[in-house]
Amino acid sequence: MGLIARHLEANGIATVVLTSSIAITSAVNPPRAAYLDYPLGHTAGPPDGPRVQEQIVALALSQLRRNSPGSMLRLPFHWDDNDDWKDRVMREGDDRTARHDAPQYQHADDAAAADPACPTCIWT
Amino acid sequence: MTQSTRQPPVDHIARTQALYAGLGYPDYAWVREAQPPPIVRLRRPLRELTLGLVGSGGVYRHGQVAFHHADDTSLRRVPVDTPGSALRATHFAYDLSAARRDSNVVLPLRGLRSLVSRGAIGRLAEDALTFMGGIYSARRVRERVAPAVLNELRRMEVDAALLVPV
Repeated sequence: MGLIARHLEANGIATVVLTSSIAITSAVNPPRAAYLDYPLGHTAGPPDGPRVQEQIVALALSQLRRNSPGSMLRLPFHWDDNDDWKDRVMREGDDRTARHDAPQYQHADDAAAADPACPTCIWT
Repeated sequence: MTQSTRQPPVDHIARTQALYAGLGYPDYAWVREAQPPPIVRLRRPLRELTLGLVGSGGVYRHGQVAFHHADDTSLRRVPVDTPGSALRATHFAYDLSAARRDSNVVLPLRGLRSLVSRGAIGRLAEDALTFMGGIYSARRVRERVAPAVLNELRRMEVDAALLVPV
């Protein structure tokens, strides 16, 4: 996403990347970032936590006012009372699933409901 | 009271390198950008601007073709007023359980709508843009995804964008 942020910014659109990985985001060096110290898969907050989610996006957007290239704001939220979850990240094997090249629907009935012409899909 | 124990941020690049080395996989070629990033100033304050939302968590809407998982570079337009009950998530590389319970964890539409209703943001672009971010080719991201995102955000006349990777 950092590559996209740089492309947008080079073309006049201000950006902020909300991220849960300082390492990955720093490597691609986007114009502005806000870091949430959560497990991957919760970049914008905890599930069913609308209040915290809103605070997170509001703080992330406040970064748009900063104009020092590559700035990263650390958001003041923690996933849990302790950080023990970090001990397990990517240390229990490869949990990625196979990379199939056919559409991967969440529900079987999504496949039945899908319009193959998909006017709101953008094929690149 | 128990003492809370905090650790430094997880270094996902180092963890991936260790995991792949242990499994005998070749090292993953992470993109590294040495040049400082470009920066543009906001043209207007947050409370007056049009904000775009771009998410790479693989969210699609019921009725749309889902993403595939083999370097899919296509995008979906997701109207920002889409109810959560019509949103789905698909991806091969992260735990989808939270995103499938509440898609706002990777595509924060509810929080952004609330900020608009409270006057903190001017307005949202009519569609969020989504894709499946597990694309193992920086060239494809640069040549296919980034120009398409720019084109869509320009069409919707956005001033600024919130980008949410997973």
